[in-house]
Amino acid sequence: MIEVNRNGEVWVFAEQQDGQLSEVPLELLSRGRELADKLSVKLGAVLVGDNASPLVEELSAYGADKVYLVEDPLLGVFQTSSYTRVLCELIEKHKPQIVLYGATAVGRDLAPRVASAMKAGLTADCTDLQIDDFTESRSKVVHKNLLQQIRPAFGGNIIATIVNYDRWPQMATVREGVMPLPERNGTIRAEVVSESIKITPEDLPLEILSRHFEAKKVNLKASRVIVAGGAGVGSKENFKQVWKLANVLGGAPGASRAAVDLGFIESDYQVGQTGTTVRPALYIAVGISGAVQHSAGMSDSAKIVAINSDPDAPIFQVAHYGIVGDLNVVIPKLIKAIRAKS
Amino acid sequence: MPYNCVVLAKQVPDTAAVTGKAMNDDGTVNRSALPAIFNPEDLNALELALQIKQAHGGTVTIMTMGLPSACDVLREGLYRGADRAILITDRRAAASDTLATSYILNCAIKKLSDVDIILCGRQAIDGDTAQVGPQAAEKLGIPQITYVEELLSLCDRTITVKRNVGAGWEKVRATLPVLLTVMDTANEPRPCGVKRLLKYKKARSQSELAKEGATEAAVQSLKDKNLLIDQWDLDYLDADMQWCGRNGSPTKVNRIQSVVLSASGYKEIAPTDEGLRDMVHELIVDHTIG
Repeated sequence: MIEVNRNGEVWVFAEQQDGQLSEVPLELLSRGRELADKLSVKLGAVLVGDNASPLVEELSAYGADKVYLVEDPLLGVFQTSSYTRVLCELIEKHKPQIVLYGATAVGRDLAPRVASAMKAGLTADCTDLQIDDFTESRSKVVHKNLLQQIRPAFGGNIIATIVNYDRWPQMATVREGVMPLPERNGTIRAEVVSESIKITPEDLPLEILSRHFEAKKVNLKASRVIVAGGAGVGSKENFKQVWKLANVLGGAPGASRAAVDLGFIESDYQVGQTGTTVRPALYIAVGISGAVQHSAGMSDSAKIVAINSDPDAPIFQVAHYGIVGDLNVVIPKLIKAIRAKS
Repeated sequence: MPYNCVVLAKQVPDTAAVTGKAMNDDGTVNRSALPAIFNPEDLNALELALQIKQAHGGTVTIMTMGLPSACDVLREGLYRGADRAILITDRRAAASDTLATSYILNCAIKKLSDVDIILCGRQAIDGDTAQVGPQAAEKLGIPQITYVEELLSLCDRTITVKRNVGAGWEKVRATLPVLLTVMDTANEPRPCGVKRLLKYKKARSQSELAKEGATEAAVQSLKDKNLLIDQWDLDYLDADMQWCGRNGSPTKVNRIQSVVLSASGYKEIAPTDEGLRDMVHELIVDHTIG
């Protein structure tokens, strides 16, 4: 734990793998920039790895004022314990007031270990972050400019705002895709702070025998149009209608968790609280009832069309256009209408 | 060689069962209307522990922290094959966040001797934080392996597992002791055994027995039959109060808002050629498509 430090910087853990930055640290830099400006402090990115320095330019271009660079061949492959050692030493030395991580497989593994070692607070899976004052309910003590960590809980049925006013840094993991990607600005150069941290064999308790990564089959976040199917689609056969409509619109197919669980489509296509969060120009929900777990991942879409045979389905409450009917009737007609226009 | 496994389980409200009946008139969730269940992925953790015991021998201890009513999940663990059940309950543990919870669980695990493998579900469905496992591992000073999908081998105190890393997988090896967090894709939890159910449905904790007004003789008889669920409080754990409950929890809830699905008024489109044509026209005009 570090003391409350009002001059502390805002930090983003710049998750990278094999020399590639994932998108989420860039998303975090965009919101981190706003938070840092509001607090009048610098925005730092923490870059850890082996030969990671080529990524400094990218982090600069996306808004980092400073890049804390820790390079070591022993840090080439992520391990929880070694990365925890690095984060903790950096935090104790530089005393940032806020540290953000992507809520990825790595972030959700690393951040709790760091929080425990630092005896600091951590809020998981935030969907929004703000700076605001907080008043303790009993003592009425006011804490100025705290990080308001906003997240869904209870299966998405409530939204909780969490603060951490005494045991800093204030730390959060942030869901992928909920913060828009910032514009790249190639002219800025961040200050590089190189740190050398000794990694001992105890920091590497695991032996990584093999690793296998495959690119996701679809990048839902980048799709302007998503046609998503739910349990109401009824069968894998019917789900072809969803694919067809997505193709006609030049969009991507998506799915609710129920459709994935029923085996209609693979989990790469899942939208919602446990899948991808999307905000396309057009989201067409076919046979999706619209449980909050799903709505949480798509309700920011610019236009939502709901097709459902159940007129009482909750999905209609977040929709702009509602069509009550059988998808096998509605989708062919819709495709006909689209083809006629374009 | 035999291994001693400890499974950390949580009793949670069944957030997936939010149906019309569990909704208040104002569109918010009536939490008390939701059934309390064994956190689903903790069942996968228990199943993996039971498989380890079947293959190698040893013991499976199930542990939970919560209200005395959380004994329900302990009994469920016993029905499925756990050898021992431990309830950690104490008013002073109320309002613990993940950090304080992991501290208390770590104190409890340290009371047990010769623990080889600690298993818990990847995350609980009420908070979805996935933090208590890694934090408990850090407090115990042992490695963690999260998102375990498959146990590949366990031999001479060396464990090899396959873990899901989102965009792929990793095969990793570690020397025991280790803490694993287990995914729902790891296995199919076994049902309760009928014989075990008949035996362990009588299992009770001290607080349940006190509530039922059991006599000392009845308590002793349960103990003799190995049907007394261990009940530990923070004093027994020698827990330092500054790390427990509200004091030990750096995160504080500032606000809770219920998600209310509000009817913003959608435009109803008839499922006819004409209705759909008009909608497509509107979407083209406002540059949504085309």
